[in-house]
Amino acid sequence: MQADVFIRRRNNAVVFFAILVVLTAGSIVITQYDLQKGFTSFIKAFIWGASNFYPDAGSLRKLPDILVKLWETVLMSIAATTVAAIFSMFLAVFGSRTTRIHVSFTVIARGIGSFFRNMPLVAWAMILMLAFSQSSLTGFLALFLGSLGFLTRAFMETIDEVGENAVEALTSTGAAYFPVIFQAVLPASMPQIVSWLLFMVETNIRDATLVGLLTGTGIGFLFDVYYKSFDYHVASLVVIVIVIAVLIVETVSNGVRRVIL
Amino acid sequence: MALLELKNVTKHYNGIAPALDDVSFSVNEGEFVSIIGSSGSGKTTLLRCINRMVEATSGEIAFGGIVVSRLGKMELRQVRTKIGMIFQQFNLVDRMSVIENVLHGRLGHKSTLAGVLGIYTREERWQALRIIQMLGLDQQVYQRCDQLSGGQKQRVGIARALVQNPKLILCDEPIASLDPSSAKTIMDHLRSICTELGVTLIISLHQVDVALKYTDRIIGLNRGIVVFDGPPGELTSQRSAEIYAKEPKDVNIDLGERNAS
Repeated sequence: MQADVFIRRRNNAVVFFAILVVLTAGSIVITQYDLQKGFTSFIKAFIWGASNFYPDAGSLRKLPDILVKLWETVLMSIAATTVAAIFSMFLAVFGSRTTRIHVSFTVIARGIGSFFRNMPLVAWAMILMLAFSQSSLTGFLALFLGSLGFLTRAFMETIDEVGENAVEALTSTGAAYFPVIFQAVLPASMPQIVSWLLFMVETNIRDATLVGLLTGTGIGFLFDVYYKSFDYHVASLVVIVIVIAVLIVETVSNGVRRVIL
Repeated sequence: MALLELKNVTKHYNGIAPALDDVSFSVNEGEFVSIIGSSGSGKTTLLRCINRMVEATSGEIAFGGIVVSRLGKMELRQVRTKIGMIFQQFNLVDRMSVIENVLHGRLGHKSTLAGVLGIYTREERWQALRIIQMLGLDQQVYQRCDQLSGGQKQRVGIARALVQNPKLILCDEPIASLDPSSAKTIMDHLRSICTELGVTLIISLHQVDVALKYTDRIIGLNRGIVVFDGPPGELTSQRSAEIYAKEPKDVNIDLGERNAS
């Protein structure tokens, strides 16, 4: 019997690898992708980028402008994330296995989570643009909806994982629903919830750039303008500034995580 | 008068065999009753049916003259405030301090708002401190519970039950995850809670010798059926083999093995 387990495991690995090879080769053939050309043009693109796509002295004069837009974008991302977190928290508490009032709440909360999460952010931005045209509200709502979907799911799983034992204990003392939530569930799951929140802020700053491209706001718009007017020096500066901003936010949130976990 | 009375309590989960099969017994005030039986014999289910953390399928449970089975939500909470519960996994909120965890035992006595905000009266805090001192945790009052040892955590669990001023404490395998010396401390505390404070205790146990040493009365469960109910003195090795038998006919085989070794 034991030998069977090992043979089966090896066979599984072989089959898995074979499928992978077939998928790769198949997609190359179907899309008529030229492997050799792909690699050489990658190098060409890199050389082009190195010789054109860098900030020069002239582009630095635009830096104050860029920073203003960056600041706008960062603030919008944080606002979208935190507002989404408040709504997600309610959905998660009512939807989690351990704290739900009724099974139907789980179905509803999961449904809302999946719907908003699985719809691509770009699609949200396009749809919302029909209603709100190119404004920062569109960007805010697109990020808000995407975050709502993701955070609802993340919070729900955190509560499922963390809450059960303490909920049982406090319920057995005769405590009512809301005291149990506030005295056991929230304190126990808070570090993970804050951690997810920080992760979402980081992700949203990156995504805000993309959404800004579409909605004509924030730093994404600025990049678009300079890129389309062939001013690659300023465009590259915008990219560098975004990367630095994301790195700073990541460092700060890692620091916060260390303190709270 | 009997404090607790179970009449024909039966519990079916989804399976064919009942988890509890027509269980009837009564417990007098001040008794220390142990429930023994192998894993899956229904000990945990039995304890949880008493405070309706698990709903019995049929039968009647009366606590202090009140039929628990028919109570509405509010009245059930009232009854639960009089029944403490101690868990194998301690079920504390690990990130909160000892004193906060102990005060959770008062939540059933408070208004929802005071419970949500965690507002406790001076008397409640004094009582909690007194109990913590009695259990020898005065050095750890403001420590977070994740810094405590298993034995200390279980004492916090006991303190949380005691602060309820309970008439009855249900102990669900309280020493199953503890080392022998911590287990002894916990059992000594439980014994003195029964003897000195006059609280009735029902405890589920894996160790027959502990049941024999500490408790006044033993109830043996085998596959949901009460197969023994009497003082420790009457628990002969034949009767104990009956409790732990997989099938009724296994009794002799088990004894045979014991004699052979």
